[in-house]
Amino acid sequence: MMKRTFLLAAAATVGLAAPAAAQNVDITGATVATGDGSAPIRNATVSVRGGKVVYAGPDGGAPARETGSEIDGSNVWVTPGLFIPLTNLGLWDVGAVSNSNDISASNSRFSASLDASTAVNYASQHIAISRGGGVTRATVTTAPSDSIFAGQGAVIDLGADPNPVMKPKAFQLVVLGESGARIAGGSRTAAFAEFANALREAREIASGNRDSGDGLLNRADAEALGAVLSGEQQLYVHVERASDISAVLGLKRTYAGLDLVLVGVSEGWIVASEIAASGVPVIADPLDDLPSSFEQLAATQSNVGRMVDAGVKVAIGGLNGGITGPRTAPQFAGNLVALNKVPRASGLSWGEALASITSVPAEISGYGGRYGVLKPGAAGDLVIWDGDPLEVSSAPLRVFIDGVEQPLGNHQMRLRDRYRDLDESDLPKAYDW
Amino acid sequence: MRYRALTLIGGAVALAACSASGQSKPASASDTPAASAEAPYASTYTPYPSAETLIIPVRVIDGNGGDWENGWVHLKDGKIAAVGGPTSPPPDVANTVDGTGKVVTPGIIDIHSHLGDYPSPSVQAHSDGNEATSPTTPEVWAEHSVWPQDPGFSRAMANGGITSLQILPGSANLMGGRTVTLKNVPSRTVQGMKFPGAPYGMKMACGENPKRVYGNRGRMPSTRMGNFAVNRQTWLDAKDYADGNRKNRDLAKETLAGVLDGDILVHNHCYRADEMALVLDMAKEFGYKVSAFHHAVEAYKIGDLLREAGTCSAIWADWYGFKMESYDGIPENAALLQNADACVVIHSDDENGIQRLNQEASKAQAAGKRMGIDIPDATVVRWLTLNAAKAMGIDEMTGSLSEGKMADVVLWNGNPLSVYSRPDKVWIDGALLFDAQDPKRRPVSDFELGQPGEGDVK
Repeated sequence: MMKRTFLLAAAATVGLAAPAAAQNVDITGATVATGDGSAPIRNATVSVRGGKVVYAGPDGGAPARETGSEIDGSNVWVTPGLFIPLTNLGLWDVGAVSNSNDISASNSRFSASLDASTAVNYASQHIAISRGGGVTRATVTTAPSDSIFAGQGAVIDLGADPNPVMKPKAFQLVVLGESGARIAGGSRTAAFAEFANALREAREIASGNRDSGDGLLNRADAEALGAVLSGEQQLYVHVERASDISAVLGLKRTYAGLDLVLVGVSEGWIVASEIAASGVPVIADPLDDLPSSFEQLAATQSNVGRMVDAGVKVAIGGLNGGITGPRTAPQFAGNLVALNKVPRASGLSWGEALASITSVPAEISGYGGRYGVLKPGAAGDLVIWDGDPLEVSSAPLRVFIDGVEQPLGNHQMRLRDRYRDLDESDLPKAYDW
Repeated sequence: MRYRALTLIGGAVALAACSASGQSKPASASDTPAASAEAPYASTYTPYPSAETLIIPVRVIDGNGGDWENGWVHLKDGKIAAVGGPTSPPPDVANTVDGTGKVVTPGIIDIHSHLGDYPSPSVQAHSDGNEATSPTTPEVWAEHSVWPQDPGFSRAMANGGITSLQILPGSANLMGGRTVTLKNVPSRTVQGMKFPGAPYGMKMACGENPKRVYGNRGRMPSTRMGNFAVNRQTWLDAKDYADGNRKNRDLAKETLAGVLDGDILVHNHCYRADEMALVLDMAKEFGYKVSAFHHAVEAYKIGDLLREAGTCSAIWADWYGFKMESYDGIPENAALLQNADACVVIHSDDENGIQRLNQEASKAQAAGKRMGIDIPDATVVRWLTLNAAKAMGIDEMTGSLSEGKMADVVLWNGNPLSVYSRPDKVWIDGALLFDAQDPKRRPVSDFELGQPGEGDVK
């Protein structure tokens, strides 16, 4: 009997090559959180037709159901699929096994031109595990090593099919602050000089005026930065310290075309009104509260709440904090809700917290209204949860991407099933599959 | 957190203290009286003044399997004076704390921390956790590296309810040195934090780290078999010393002899199941006990062996994949071990994770429930309290809300197994050392004074 269960699980896991067609779905009587920052709605319906959401709201207003489309939503929650920025999904298998790890190209001659989309492995265990955690979309980036420019990140979906890349070369990542300073030669001044020079060379290349003898960047890297200069490609800038944040916001005075996104930003609360006035969105690592470097002496878990209160658009990403991986994003968001019960702390409302891992990151990536939200016209990315999605004890029951129900199996679940008991009285565990 | 740029971009490459290297420097003279030769660097900690307190009415999860609503906890003279339920009459105490809607537990204990040895800010000058100059350094003591001003201690208290913690040397070495158990009490000196009467531990490490660190230098060990050969020869030499007259003092062998005598507890960093099984045999070969395997991501494959050995598994809830030997980590590890009647401890190994051990335990509980293993809240809280205390040899003194034990207590503002709950108050030996309602009742380290964010909620 156990064997049969395993075979079914295996079929579901291995079925990458033949994605099912989008199905029409009506989840009724559920607790629905649309991801737009509003509070959850009880006794609500989500309807999907042809891979798109056509309705999300109270049961009473739902469209007519189709045969076979109904899913009983009593005792479950429904949210949009999570949209997690700044992941390494698909770029690595084992962190410390360098052959399996494409996160950092430390011996490459190239930097800004590196293109994360070329390396994304849709069959990665981390993608499968994250999908099982309710993550349906993500941005993926390489890490900087010998240059302050990490390369060009991609937007991916986590569907169990061979086409993960939604948008290659979606953004460029540059590190300023302490890590940029170290890479550039030991000082923030060097990092800013590298940055200014790189954009100058990009401008020369773009305008056909490059003095061939003068380039510090190779042609590919300088060409890649042309899209940053023009604003066609977003520029993600990693900084933490308040003064560094202000310096980055000041770059717009020199380079008017930059489409900036701030990343990290532990001390953002100190300059929150300045960030809000700039209109530059933030992707923050939300639970940093230690002075782990001199550039984040003022780190506090209230950082995100204070920035949001000041009017900054904040998504959660780059997740640290001793809890690893995109699948733990709801835990991070839930911790920000917890702050509401802590005197003098600033947290997020439940709806805002969910938005920080769904609609807000989607908007920052240019997908407002299309992903990370349940409203008519948005993609049929749904997660059905067995409880409050931000609570650590909850987990997805079913996941849909573009209306296609996804397999949720992975290596970890197979190990779990094999070692459910330690009985080897008939055969070794190796035959239990 | 060792390399901010990389960890920001993803935790995949972070190996925390386990891969760092650095040279420790001699500890500076302390401001305490000279310690005796028998107990050098002895604890100078004495409890801070406490008020007799009655927490009532409150849900009590006592750390020893008890869990009841509408109860009370009586703290007096720094001890747990009594606990009671709805039908037992509470004592008449002037100072009461309303626990309505709240939950009281024993203080949380982290069996695996590097606070103080790898403090914040995590700059090279602070990297004092791995004496990575020889594969066996049982002569070093983690306490000689602890910087009491590490701001991480205060975050662990205020957000994690941590009242006791074990600081271990890192895992670069097969035998990394002595551990130290601390009360999470701010102090000018490490002696002022040392847990009175706690036994020493000795850190050992299996697997990838020692063979990588020393193999990369072209010296033994460079393989797992090399790891065992160096360990076994070291134990053989230690037995000679332990069986001799011990008159010629040898700091390394004194630690090893302490293990063989049963006075020093072995805490063994080890990921893979097969390797843990070999270590258990090595312990048999030389006559010592492994108190706990730390990290133990594959412990679920050998729950039977661990139960028989009486060895705890100190584990994360769901870390996996950051190194080859962690590839088979699964979220159900704790639940499968509990189901096999093996001892589970949830640990952090991380200055951030130590602030959320309660949440990690809850995730592990829920993963079990989804596979049909129902583990009561009271058992899950024991993973964070009494089980840790047992593996550290301090369970007679703390780890449960039992009469006569130290009044190490956390009042949570909700269910501690919920992401939405935080400590409201933390008492250590009956002294109120954190109160979310009182802006001044929180520790601020010397390092933070006059800096941005001083005294902020963290």
